[in-house]
Amino acid sequence: MDLTTTYMGLTLKNPLVPSASPLSKDIGTIKAMEDAGASAIVMYSLFEEQITHDQKALDHFLTAGAESFAEAISYFPVQTDYNLGPDEYLEHIHIAKAATDIPIIGSLNGVSAGGWIDYARKIEQAGADGLELNVYYIPTDGKYDAAAIENIYLEDLKLIKSSIKIPVAMKLSPFFSSMSSMAAKLDAAGADALVMFNRFYQPDFDLDKLEVVPSLNLSTSAEGRLPLRWIAILYSHIKASMAATTGVHTHIDMLKMLMAGADVTMMCSALLHHGVPHIRKTLADLEAWMTEHEYESVKQMKGSMSQRNVAEPAAFERANYMKALQSWKITV
Amino acid sequence: MSERKKITIDGNEAAAFVAHKTNEVCAIYPITPSSNMGEWADAWSAVGRKNIWNTVPTVVELQSEGGASGAVHGALQSGSLTTTFTASQGLLLMIPNMYKIAGELTSTVFHVSARSLACQALSIFGDHSDVMAVRQTGFALLASSSVQETMDQALIAQAATLQSRVPFLHFFDGFRTSHEVMKIEELLDSDMLAMLPHELIDAHRKRGLTPDKPVLRGTAQNPDVYFQGRETVNPFYEACPDMVQKAMDHFAQLTGRQYNLFDYIGHPEADRIIIIMGSGADTATETIDYLTAQGEKVGMIKVHLFRPFSVKHFIGAIPASVKKIAVLDRTKEPGSAGEPLYQDILTALAETMTTGGLPTAGFPHVIGGRYGLSSKEFTPSMVKAVYDELKKDNPKNHFTIGIHDDVSHSSLEWDPAFSTEPDSVFRGMFYGLGADGTVSANKDSIKIIGEKTDNYAQGYFVYDSKKSGSITTSHLRFGPKPIRSAYLITSAQFVACHQAVFLEKYDMLRSIMPGGTFLLNTPYSRDEVWNTLPRKVQKQIIDKKLRFFAIDGNKVAEATGMGQRVNRIMQTCFFAISGILPKEEAIEKIKTSIKKTYGAKGDKIVQMNYVAVDATLEDLFEVTIPATVTSTLELAPTVSTNAPAFVQDVTSSIIAGYGDDLPVSKFPVDGTYPTATAQWEKRNIALEIPEFDPNTCIQCGKCAMVCPHATIRIKVYEEQHLEGAPATFKSCDYKGREYPGWKYSIQVAPEECTGCGVCVDICPAKNKSEVRLKAINMVPQPPIREQERANWDFFLGIPEVDRRTVKVDTIKGSQFLQPLFEFSGACSGCGETPYVKLVSQLFGDRTIIANATGCSSIYGGNLPTTPWAQDPNGRGPAWSNSLFEDNAEFGYGFRLTIDKQTEAARELLVAMTDDLGGDTVRALLDADQSTEAGIFDQRARVADLKVKLASIAKPLSQQLLSIADFLVKKSVWIMGGDGWAYDIGYGGLDHVLASGRNVNVLVLDTEVYSNTGGQMSKATQIGAVAKFAAGGKPIAKKDLGLIAMSYGSVYVAAVSMGYSDIQTLRAIVEAEAYDGPSIIIAYSHCIAHGIDMARGMQNQKHIVESGMFPLYRYNPALALEGKNPFKLDSKAPSISVKDFTSTETRFSMLFKSNPAEAEKLAVLAQEHVNQKYRYLSGLEKMFAEGAAATDALKVLA
Repeated sequence: MDLTTTYMGLTLKNPLVPSASPLSKDIGTIKAMEDAGASAIVMYSLFEEQITHDQKALDHFLTAGAESFAEAISYFPVQTDYNLGPDEYLEHIHIAKAATDIPIIGSLNGVSAGGWIDYARKIEQAGADGLELNVYYIPTDGKYDAAAIENIYLEDLKLIKSSIKIPVAMKLSPFFSSMSSMAAKLDAAGADALVMFNRFYQPDFDLDKLEVVPSLNLSTSAEGRLPLRWIAILYSHIKASMAATTGVHTHIDMLKMLMAGADVTMMCSALLHHGVPHIRKTLADLEAWMTEHEYESVKQMKGSMSQRNVAEPAAFERANYMKALQSWKITV
Repeated sequence: MSERKKITIDGNEAAAFVAHKTNEVCAIYPITPSSNMGEWADAWSAVGRKNIWNTVPTVVELQSEGGASGAVHGALQSGSLTTTFTASQGLLLMIPNMYKIAGELTSTVFHVSARSLACQALSIFGDHSDVMAVRQTGFALLASSSVQETMDQALIAQAATLQSRVPFLHFFDGFRTSHEVMKIEELLDSDMLAMLPHELIDAHRKRGLTPDKPVLRGTAQNPDVYFQGRETVNPFYEACPDMVQKAMDHFAQLTGRQYNLFDYIGHPEADRIIIIMGSGADTATETIDYLTAQGEKVGMIKVHLFRPFSVKHFIGAIPASVKKIAVLDRTKEPGSAGEPLYQDILTALAETMTTGGLPTAGFPHVIGGRYGLSSKEFTPSMVKAVYDELKKDNPKNHFTIGIHDDVSHSSLEWDPAFSTEPDSVFRGMFYGLGADGTVSANKDSIKIIGEKTDNYAQGYFVYDSKKSGSITTSHLRFGPKPIRSAYLITSAQFVACHQAVFLEKYDMLRSIMPGGTFLLNTPYSRDEVWNTLPRKVQKQIIDKKLRFFAIDGNKVAEATGMGQRVNRIMQTCFFAISGILPKEEAIEKIKTSIKKTYGAKGDKIVQMNYVAVDATLEDLFEVTIPATVTSTLELAPTVSTNAPAFVQDVTSSIIAGYGDDLPVSKFPVDGTYPTATAQWEKRNIALEIPEFDPNTCIQCGKCAMVCPHATIRIKVYEEQHLEGAPATFKSCDYKGREYPGWKYSIQVAPEECTGCGVCVDICPAKNKSEVRLKAINMVPQPPIREQERANWDFFLGIPEVDRRTVKVDTIKGSQFLQPLFEFSGACSGCGETPYVKLVSQLFGDRTIIANATGCSSIYGGNLPTTPWAQDPNGRGPAWSNSLFEDNAEFGYGFRLTIDKQTEAARELLVAMTDDLGGDTVRALLDADQSTEAGIFDQRARVADLKVKLASIAKPLSQQLLSIADFLVKKSVWIMGGDGWAYDIGYGGLDHVLASGRNVNVLVLDTEVYSNTGGQMSKATQIGAVAKFAAGGKPIAKKDLGLIAMSYGSVYVAAVSMGYSDIQTLRAIVEAEAYDGPSIIIAYSHCIAHGIDMARGMQNQKHIVESGMFPLYRYNPALALEGKNPFKLDSKAPSISVKDFTSTETRFSMLFKSNPAEAEKLAVLAQEHVNQKYRYLSGLEKMFAEGAAATDALKVLA
């Protein structure tokens, strides 16, 4: 069975890639994911705000109260070097590359292009095979219109692309007014892949404490419908590779995404829930399903159920919405 | 000679540099002002810096200076080149070992930043009291007077000790030299290797104990031989001075800097000379240069080698022309015939006179004087005053200079206007807040000027005695010639005020010279700023024809992400205005320095500072000065006219910075000061203070409970007391059942609050319409200062609640009690003071406190004021600090007195039964004083008793009258930090706990030496970074509670207010109630943890949740009742060690500096936590089973 696929110019042995998650923080786990069959690994994200915050916090807390009182000119021993933000991350990539034989994809999370260029170069120098940009931006300021927001993505991408040679993937939010247009623009701007979609963690309320609290719920297979639709729609319309990254829990989910047109499927929640061995099981299930259904290769099925290739292209459009609502059974 | 690097460092670093290069072992214990030497050594070894023999010295921290000197002795005796750094009381603790080391002719150098000794008061500042107290030990004493000398003579001492076998104490003045930043020439490794030949090192090693060549050293000797043995060392001491001189000569060949045992400086035919050692000699040198240029025949002998005292070399240094000599000692020996140097000089002269050979025509007229105690200023004017005194026919002997002694009339007058500073020396003064980074920026400026220009440069920094809102003053000098001005600037060309609020409080322009430049950080614009200045400031600007520059530094800081730190902005202004360097070059140098300073902390910080520097010049402007004064603003009075006489007369001068002007007669003779004085300071340091919202408040009392500064208070009172309340005074109905119909108020002391925000953080109530608001909310202080001042005054006038009616074992109830510890200068948001305050609320009216030296003794007892207060009846805690190491024993002594005097009073009562009546005596003897009501009643009985006794004319009645107050219960509290309880005072603490006496020990456990700047203690947690544990502490925290519990008779509690305030309260109440020794180990968050102090109570909560500080109580009284005495009060760990440690810089920084080690220690810490929880929960079960068995036995019985 030929499971190989090509993603952002990289040839991968299969289409299952663990997406950015805490799992990649540990070299042992990275090795285990490779051993279980992962074809590439997207590293956990280097957060721009975190880097700035860490550096400011370290400086603040190491110097708070210093040079104020004659007996305690300082409160901490002098350290000549700190492993801060990118240093630690870059070293981690370097070690991960040395420890594995599969592509390692760096991940940058933030909004400002300026701060990224330096990190992007360093990630490339650390040996990463590709870079995923995660523009995690919630446009709360009403003075920025849709075009301005889109422009942030495009400018970020162009700057990074002009700074490094390794392929660049854009991890996207599903909340663009015109996803197709945005995808086309990113494609034209040089994106090597689009990763669909980012799951924004939505805050929750704690009614006992009257506080807004962060909440982290793992995805379900059902959430894969959104990327499924857009991958199916965009398939063959853009040059960039496509990765499906929400709701990939089983080989069935993988198959659907591949048939919609994804080049790779990215798994996170399922691995956090079931553990790293789930990779091996899913790949085995995938292969068994393909064997049973007499598929020869991933390439063969890729995009086979995209909007262009299905009998009813309108199924991906509004008409499908009406149909879905009408078919809903109301339980009294 | 090789080219040597010019560096700009302080005296401590200079000494440590040589010590680290020329030793193999360093054993230390932190003490101000020498701590930095050990810290430098530790930091260098931590990064692998090698000594001149290519090995990294071992640096260890001991549990006390006694321990450090023992370790030094051992390392020396086994052949290592070994050193230590200490001062003051620390040096005194080393005396026993110093005798041993000297008696055994062991080569070593102790480096001492000389400091005052604790007498009528502790002082951290510099004089020679400590080194003079060890002159009899047999150590050689070598004095340095400047930073360059300190580096040079550290090496000369090392060479001389190896040559002579006499151990050396190399000293320099604490703070004045130890902390003065100066441009000096750095010694080369080749210099050190040349001075320390291998054969001397080898000889030292060969004297080391080894089983390969076994010897016996340290015998006990009898009258037949001890004396002779003691005299065997004489030839070594006789040879030593020449060896030192030889080392000095060799050093001169290497470096070009010639020292002598006694350096003569001045006119070759001087008729008057001063003899002096230490930094005062530099000031004298500067003065001599000035006076001899004026034609005066004056000179000075600068003493380097004080012991062994070489009469030959001293006499050789005296010019034949000398007629009069003033010997200046920086120490005091009450009752002596004169101070040590004076006595030695007289002895040397007299011996020489006896044997013949005095170079002078007859015996010179010699007088002695004291100067500079506790870093008291010693200026050229004072030097001149001494020379002027010597001109007199009958100059005053045993004089003092630098103070006004209107009691013994010892002091000489001096002219404050006299100055020797040439115009070629630039002199700048910078006033800043500790928090704004002024000092660090000025240290940086000195380095830039010192190392990037041809100028000589000097920086000296004056700090506050307060830890919150502290003011710093930086004194910077630089010029083309070496700077010898070892005194503060009094006439500056440049004065910068980095905080506009200082204009209201301090007369900063009194020190600026005419035509000087004044730089102000102000929120006001070019057009507004003039009219915001106080009248006096305007007048000084006009009269002195100053140039006046201003900038809104805080706006620039805010805009560039610098927060409160205006330091780089003001530094840039300084360079731009002063023109020391071309503007572009100055900015480039500042940026280079920023990169060097912050590079390790990340590029974002570097960039942020760069942006601030670039943004500064656009906002800097010069103010056009009007011809006339326009302001009506006056400087605020220092204290209220309602303050007691002593506060108005003495304390206010100290607060205002005029303490130097107070004469001797103003001071108590025995170090006894009034309490309840912090209330008069009105420091106004908070930018924001909490505001009470009665509609949201649930009246839980937590805000007052956690307030570190006792500035948020609660009262319940009858409605009638609201009469005359200011319109803005807030009040609401009290919700509890115990005071039906009463009113309830929370009031903030607006001028005392530090704005820490701990109260707001802990407040559990939320406004239902706007959940960001709580029952108290931070609001800007200035707009409501006047209003809240009136409200506070009104609040204070509302009667305190009757303590007998208060449920003291509830949070709400305890906070109705008046704090008798208020407005301390502890760090804003301090984690210790809430515990101290709570004790004062519960028992303050009957408490006597022994306080170990440390943070709590500084915020508790550092002049000008004390937070220890009094209730409306004039009762309150009586407080004293003895030393660091003896605090448990000191408090134990209190209890011995109380117990003895109580016993005696009871005996006298019985003896006087016929006079007093049986009922009266029985009531007094049988009084139950376990409650507030019981104590109240007993006080009334004792008051009646005293009336009766006064009317009984019998000797017994007089005896009883003088001790009758002991019939009322007294509570002894022994307080201190973990450095005291776990380390230096542990032996004494253990003994006191084992005594069975009724003392209460409160350990304020910050898990680090906080007061001296974050050194590791045995309370430090595994994995935490501290000084002397830069790589993370590898060993777990000592479990002091379990050790104490092992006696079975000691009440033990571990508490953490942020986790459980009620458990804390109960533990303190139970401990005090227990009729035996009690110890409470109170977890205290600290600025040395690297945390957000406003959320310190959350850190207290989280450390307990992680299991790293489990809470429990062990009450032996319960065991006696057959109940389970042990209760594990904290739940099973609910968060991981890493979850907690990631929130504190002391742990998280290790993940940045050494991630692998951090991970390893985190695993060990988690294992330790798991094990500890298993142990404690098992202990609780075991005790419960034991208690059940006891109950069963009782039933059977």
